Amino acid sequence: MIKRLLPHPLFSLTLVVVWLMLVNKVTLGNVLLGSILGIIVPALTAPYWPGQPRVRSPLRVIEYMLVVLWDIVVANFHVAAIILFKRNKDIHSRWVTVPLDITSPEAITVLAGTITMTPGTVSSMLSADGRSILVHCLDCDDPNAVRDEIKNRYERRLEEIF
Amino acid sequence: MNLVIEILISLCLVTAGVFGLVGSYGLIKLKDTMQRLHAPTKATTVGVGGVLVASMLYFFLIKGSLSFHELMITLFLFLTAPVSAHFIAKTFIQAEVTEKDLPDPEHEFGWAVFDDAPSYPDEDDHEPKP
Repeated sequence: MIKRLLPHPLFSLTLVVVWLMLVNKVTLGNVLLGSILGIIVPALTAPYWPGQPRVRSPLRVIEYMLVVLWDIVVANFHVAAIILFKRNKDIHSRWVTVPLDITSPEAITVLAGTITMTPGTVSSMLSADGRSILVHCLDCDDPNAVRDEIKNRYERRLEEIF
Repeated sequence: MNLVIEILISLCLVTAGVFGLVGSYGLIKLKDTMQRLHAPTKATTVGVGGVLVASMLYFFLIKGSLSFHELMITLFLFLTAPVSAHFIAKTFIQAEVTEKDLPDPEHEFGWAVFDDAPSYPDEDDHEPKP
């Protein structure tokens, strides 16, 4: 019963909190409206999200967010420097294949998002079976180094989280 | 004290403006769609982020009220930017790139645009069927 009413309890909670932050004040009416959203939206989207993601260690999530946030700031300077100081013919763009060890759809989604937000890389496509990810590199001479960095820095951490 | 705070806020705004400018310049300068995709997905996150930090500092330190809207904007930005970038990249690949130009996926199935997903349901949840 509770499973049918709340297919994703954490998702429902997030929706309530996000709603309260959006209206920016906590009143009974807002909590009520938020709760209604928190029940209706997960129920409506449940068919598209059948699995139940497990987050094993919440502390690791915070560590991961800090690492990614730092990398995003670095990425900005990195890309800005490439745009400003490199001539177009010196920018070597290429595709890189990153084979995946993680299989949970949620983990792959987070990884793809992280790749796009961090230094010089955009995740462009998954393989049909979801076992590899295609990454476009703005300026790189060594595809293996890029692949190893993604695997060691992000995928290893995600493996511990999911 | 007020002066220090104002200088700090201005610094955030100026940094943000510079990064926004660089991101837009990147759109003009870089050669093809895939390269151009890098400029707005990154150089502008600090651009927008800087404005948001400045706004939070202003409301917290000068107006004395805590505002969560900036955190929400950051959250939505970080959720939507990679998704739309992925979307554009995939469309671009489908229209302009042939399978030969891409590296091998190193597994038995090809890239999603060119190959059908395996039919067992557990593995292709995250990848919409064509």
